[in-house]
Amino acid sequence: MKWFLDLFSSTLGRKLMMALTGLFLILFLAVHLAGNLQLLKDDGGRSFNIYAEFMSTNPLIQIVSKGNFAFILIHVIWAIMLTSKNKSARGPVGYAEASGKSSHWTSRNMGILGTLVLVFIVVHLKDFWAQMHFGAMPTVDYDGTSYRDIYSLVNEWFNVGWYVALYVFCMAAVGFHLYHGFASAFQTLGLNHLKYNGLIQVVGRAFAIIVPLLFAAIPVLMFFN
Amino acid sequence: MKLTLKIWRQKGANENGGFKTYTMDHVSPDMSFLEMLDVLNDSLVLKGEEPVHFDHDCREGICGMCSLYINGRPHGPLQTTTCQLHMRSFTDGQTITIEPWRAAAFPVVRDLVVDRSAFDRIQRAGGFISVNTGAAPDANEILVPKKVADEAMDAATCIGCGACVAACKNASAMLFVSAKVSQYALLPQGQPERKERAERMVAQMDAEGFGACTNTGACEAECPKGIKITNIARMNREYFSSMFTNYQVEVGSDAG
Amino acid sequence: MTLDSKIPDGPISEKWSKHKFNLKLVNPANKRKYEVIVVGTGLAGASAAASLAELGYNVKAFCFQDSPRRAHSIAAQGGINAAKNYQNDGDSIYRLFYDTIKGGDYRAREGNVHRLAEVSVSIIDQCVAQGVPFAREYGGLLANRSFGGAQVSRTFYARGQTGQQLLLGAYSALNRQIANGKVQMFTRTEMLDVVVVDGKARGIITRNLVTGKIESHSAHAVLLCTGGYGNVFYLSTNAKGSNVTAAWRAHRKGAFFGNPCFTQIHPTCIPVSGSHQSKLTLMSESLRNDGRVWVPKIAKKGLKASDAVNIPEAERDYFLERKYPSFGNLVPRDVASRNAKTVCDEGRGVGATGVAVFLDFSDAIRRDGKALIESKYGNLFDMYKQITGDDPYQVPMMIYPAVHYTMGGLWVDYNLMTTVPGLYALGEANFSDHGANRLGASALMQGLADGYFVIPYTIGDYLANIGWNDKIGTDHPEFRKAEEAIRSRIQKLLSIRGKKTADQFHRELGHIMWEYCGMSRSEPGLKTAKAKIKALREEFWTNVNITGGSDELNMELEKAGRVADFIELGALMVDDALNRAESCGGHFREESQTPEGEALRKDDEYAYVSAWEFKGEDQEESLHKEPLRFENVKLTQRSYK
Repeated sequence: MKWFLDLFSSTLGRKLMMALTGLFLILFLAVHLAGNLQLLKDDGGRSFNIYAEFMSTNPLIQIVSKGNFAFILIHVIWAIMLTSKNKSARGPVGYAEASGKSSHWTSRNMGILGTLVLVFIVVHLKDFWAQMHFGAMPTVDYDGTSYRDIYSLVNEWFNVGWYVALYVFCMAAVGFHLYHGFASAFQTLGLNHLKYNGLIQVVGRAFAIIVPLLFAAIPVLMFFN
Repeated sequence: MKLTLKIWRQKGANENGGFKTYTMDHVSPDMSFLEMLDVLNDSLVLKGEEPVHFDHDCREGICGMCSLYINGRPHGPLQTTTCQLHMRSFTDGQTITIEPWRAAAFPVVRDLVVDRSAFDRIQRAGGFISVNTGAAPDANEILVPKKVADEAMDAATCIGCGACVAACKNASAMLFVSAKVSQYALLPQGQPERKERAERMVAQMDAEGFGACTNTGACEAECPKGIKITNIARMNREYFSSMFTNYQVEVGSDAG
Repeated sequence: MTLDSKIPDGPISEKWSKHKFNLKLVNPANKRKYEVIVVGTGLAGASAAASLAELGYNVKAFCFQDSPRRAHSIAAQGGINAAKNYQNDGDSIYRLFYDTIKGGDYRAREGNVHRLAEVSVSIIDQCVAQGVPFAREYGGLLANRSFGGAQVSRTFYARGQTGQQLLLGAYSALNRQIANGKVQMFTRTEMLDVVVVDGKARGIITRNLVTGKIESHSAHAVLLCTGGYGNVFYLSTNAKGSNVTAAWRAHRKGAFFGNPCFTQIHPTCIPVSGSHQSKLTLMSESLRNDGRVWVPKIAKKGLKASDAVNIPEAERDYFLERKYPSFGNLVPRDVASRNAKTVCDEGRGVGATGVAVFLDFSDAIRRDGKALIESKYGNLFDMYKQITGDDPYQVPMMIYPAVHYTMGGLWVDYNLMTTVPGLYALGEANFSDHGANRLGASALMQGLADGYFVIPYTIGDYLANIGWNDKIGTDHPEFRKAEEAIRSRIQKLLSIRGKKTADQFHRELGHIMWEYCGMSRSEPGLKTAKAKIKALREEFWTNVNITGGSDELNMELEKAGRVADFIELGALMVDDALNRAESCGGHFREESQTPEGEALRKDDEYAYVSAWEFKGEDQEESLHKEPLRFENVKLTQRSYK
């Protein structure tokens, strides 16, 4: 087991954890978006509520969901460990002047962007996920089955101006985080090939723009409807 | 040209340093950056002041000895070594800030001189092919495709100056280490020790206190020899495949 | 004392094999009882240190740079010769031997040069096995090119960075032995003296450049692999740190200096741009394949490259093509260099300083197209533009000769041992293989030949003869004495507190050497130089200003110590040039010319190696002559008309 400990205590091993958890979270974002888009369906929240009920009761999804929490936690803890190592690597005295001309600002500020995303996740878990699991929820009946009416809860929040603004702002942070993070994960895994680098870049950037944009579009549209 | 220089002065490794400002009135645009510092030093010595210490040797961009963090960039505004940077890249009246490389693994020795022996220790950990003098087969016995040789050469042109570490916000040495790992991983001669090499060099790199790579690409953008970060990806691959697949062989004694 | 070159008898092609067999061997179990000091970690030093450690000897290696990888071998561009005959174009060991002897203008030993050609083949094998990424053909075989006017393609290369790749190969071998614990590496450490006890080299005195500490190191043998002394001219293509101190200190302790006046001047360097100039940059000689060298027929003061395009064809003097119709711009290095100096001395030089000639590619671009010229010389053109700010695709380049290599060095016998038993000199630091002129792509070959394939055999003979218990510890009074001498020299330097910097003295020395002992030398000029150097030396020791102290990193102190030694060496070079009243290779004596003004060699009087013996402070050195015997090649005069 020594090799395993060596691996995950090395900088490369820690980066490997960041990349793998990051890629999983990217996958999760895509699934989450598919669910959220049902909010825009003009059926009074029926399909969204059915989907939400399925997601919060299906045993397999429950396991994946626990994993998801674990991955977020690992991603955060490993990021803190790496950041602290990276900070100390600069040494006792830093530069008086740094031009920053040689890299993209998103790549230099993944920690800040990530922190914003984390704050958002906490707020959003408190307001929706915790409410759904532990709070008192109104219910609706579809074809004789009772469902918790999460749609109304969402609708309520998405009619609060400052909340929508915060949501949009945080989605921008997610976008910039992904703008660097997507391709970076591939680079860390060593999946870098002259033939496919362009493709990874394009897909990564498209994902970083489209996914957060769609996420952000939902509250905005609901706010104005 | 007239210039104002803000230069980091530090008497020794264990002493505190600080910036000192110098003005120069007659700088020729044809001077190299180091020649400009020579002129400054000559004038300081004649005044009985101690000259600014900086590392330099070949002054033709290949030995990797010169360093200097100039106006927020290693080796200054061009993607070249400081010795190849000329004053025509600056404007009359400009203020130039000159700092040493900053990294925990590169402690300051004096003024702008830093100790880069960490790089040597990383190379010693595995940056070689174990072949004794005289034990080599004929040079043309093993074919190397031109493309592979060219790619290995691209990696091998690293001059070990440390600009990658200086440029990286994490003071990571990944570009330097990966260049050597890549060179040998590509060539057939490097295959027998391929796995151990990646493991050992990475372990030594970590032990020296360099930071982790966060793929900002600053190293590639500042490398005076244009080493690519594809090498870093290759080293990651080499390292992971080694960690997951390499194992120790129990050897029996062959003493008869 | 008589000089014994120890060249073995017998046919030329069997000398080395026979010699290797006759050398004594050290028992494998005893090798670990020996210690060897290697000073310098360039091609010769790194390869020797690694190879000796592989054999089992304990090695201490020293370099003044921050890492062994910085040694100036790294800057060699062109390539390395080897008689592999992979191109099937008629090359052979004998041809490489012959070309090297002839190229050296018949002032090198046949035996040494043949050995060099023999082991050249193994060098390539060794370097490839180390992972040196030499250029390859599409089929995966090694590529070769013809270099420096050679009739065969025997040069192996790694882009324009062959020296770098070979050095990194040797450095990797050295690193492996450091990791094995067989080599102890001392960086930022400068050797300041050799310690000789009972007539044998027993160790060295060093200064730790960071702490200033003076230390003693003892060993059974000392190898000096400390490079050449081109920086005696101040401006040269050498690295700023390259110096003669180690070799000069050894010379003062009894090692004879061989052919000190033999220096090589390279015709295609970027000219001086002003008094701030600190070094010169070489551009590959291959530029002369397509570039045409010219100056205006009538002097035009301060002619800029951008104005050169307006000078009509009829007012240009393509002086090489005019004087040497058959070789034109491709005449050998020394001829091209001397002619550039001549036209500049006539006042027809170009550029702001008037000390440059044009190298014009406009005809080649018109003939072959820009794309082809770019593919051949693109990187050189870029480098030129970066340094000068001029674009050679638009305006002619300006070039001028610069000191590049020194063929002279410590006199060594066939075993590479100097006249001090146990003290060896390898690579450019010795005088042995290039005669009066070095061929292109031969410096790398010689450095690695000495380190990988000669010294590992020859040192064993000496070590086996003295025995492992013949070693003196650093507590011996001679070490104490030598340390004290170094300390008092440093204190003397620091106490002068004069009015000039070490660099100013160095520039003045360089000026004297370049003017009177450079591309062309004459008796009156050399005598003037001698007097000027004497005066400079006196002034130096009364008027140099060194700031700082001795117990810290003090680069002014380092420079001053090196300049002091260069001044002494300069005087010896002038003596040697005065003595050699013939023209040969890089040494052109104005008194010895053919009626056409070409170099005239005098084989009857000067077919010998000059080996100079230090006789004491302020004493004239005494000259010993090692006659050169040519049994295999016939001596001929060069002609490029």
